[in-house]
This record gives sequence, C-alpha cells and structure tokens, in this order.
Amino acid sequence: MPETKKFLYVNRKAPYGTIYALEALEVVLIGAAFEQDVSLAFLDDGVYQLTKGQDTKAVGMKNFSPTYKALGDYDVNKIYVEQESLDARGLSLDDLLPLTWEDEDDDWAEKDSIKVISATEMAQIMEQSDIVLSF
Amino acid sequence: MALEVGGKSIATDEEGYLENRDEWDMEVAKAIAVAENLEMSDNHWEVVNFLREYYDEYQIAPAVRVLTKAIGKKLGKDKGNSKYLYELFPYGPAKQACKIAGLPKPTGCV
Repeated sequence: MPETKKFLYVNRKAPYGTIYALEALEVVLIGAAFEQDVSLAFLDDGVYQLTKGQDTKAVGMKNFSPTYKALGDYDVNKIYVEQESLDARGLSLDDLLPLTWEDEDDDWAEKDSIKVISATEMAQIMEQSDIVLSF
Repeated sequence: MALEVGGKSIATDEEGYLENRDEWDMEVAKAIAVAENLEMSDNHWEVVNFLREYYDEYQIAPAVRVLTKAIGKKLGKDKGNSKYLYELFPYGPAKQACKIAGLPKPTGCV
C-alpha cells in the first residue's frame, strides 16, 4: 500500500462570482480517485457554498450545489464547517445542505458528513493535515 | 463535429460528447451507440438511464468506481461490478455510457 496522506481542502470564498468554489469541488472529486484521506473545511464566505436553496438563474451560472451531495459516494465524508463563520453570517447547521454518507462497515447506515467546529478546532485540523490546499 | 439524427444536426465536441445535453433523446443515443459500434440492449439502456438520473440529481457524471458501487446498490451485485459494465461498454462504462447518455465526460476521467 502506498502511503496515505491527509489532505485538507480549505474553502473560503462564496460559491459564485469567482471560479474557486467549483474548481475546488472538481479537484476534490478527481483527487478522490487516489484514495487519500480527504477532509474539507468551509470558513469565511466559503460556508455559503453549502447553503440550501441556491438559485443561480439571475447570475447565469450552473447551480453546482447538488454535486456536494455526491461527495459521500466518493468516500469524502469529513466536512468541517467553522461555527464562527456561520454565526457571523446569521447561519446555522439547518441552513446547510444535509450531506450524508453510507457506512459500509455499519450495514450502510446513513451518517452525517458535516461537523460544525470552533475556530480553535479548525486550527487543530489544519495542524494535523499533511497537505492543506486553499481555494 | 456534429451528429446527423433524423435530419437534424446535433453538435458534439471533438470526442463525440454532446455540446448541449437538452438535445438528447433515444434516437440521438442510438446514433451515438452506432458510432461507438454498440448495439443497445435493455441492459445498456438500464445503465444509460441510471446515469441520466444520477446527473439530474447531482449535476455530475459519476467516476467509474462510484458508478459501479451505485449500480450495485440499485440493480444488484451481479450488475454492480466492472466485469459486467465493461462487457456492456468495452471502452469504459463511464466514458462510453456517459457519451451515449448525452452527458459530459465524467469528472475524474482523464
């Protein structure tokens, strides 16, 4: 077995207006084929990427938010959202897409992928990652 | 490039994927299949329809590993394996079946 590295993809930007959010998601989906240990972090305006009910008609871009729901199929199930960033924008976990994954080792039980954590915990997760990619 | 179907010209990219997904119908699918030297059976349609449903829900064409797992869950273990899928689509289930389904090239398929 080749060595598994801990990858953390950090998302800080709003979903539309720049290409960063979509590019990050595509990199994650492509990278998932390499069977590394993948986590995603959402902070600052990046938390808007996961909000429910996105409607992009007026901006003329594809609404790619349904694709986040496929992450579980790609075995990407560690999704960290920073509490302080949600608070600052008047958002809570209920405003986010319900992202889940199915645990093969637990009779395919459906489990939540999103964990809301504090800025301090987020710093620890960054510290523990081998590779941090910022978008 | 373009595909001629029933007197209409359907635009494709240089690899044969449809430029506009909305132009897809079963006749277009059959025409792409002919170009791929495939004869569509019920088993082929099952996979193609599955891919279209997956795209509608998630806005992506799944990578082959994900497709295999999802097919196995929906249609049973005897179909959710790469041997079965490669027998149907010899040039790769994700690439070839997605093309016939009128979807973009799968993300993660290099």
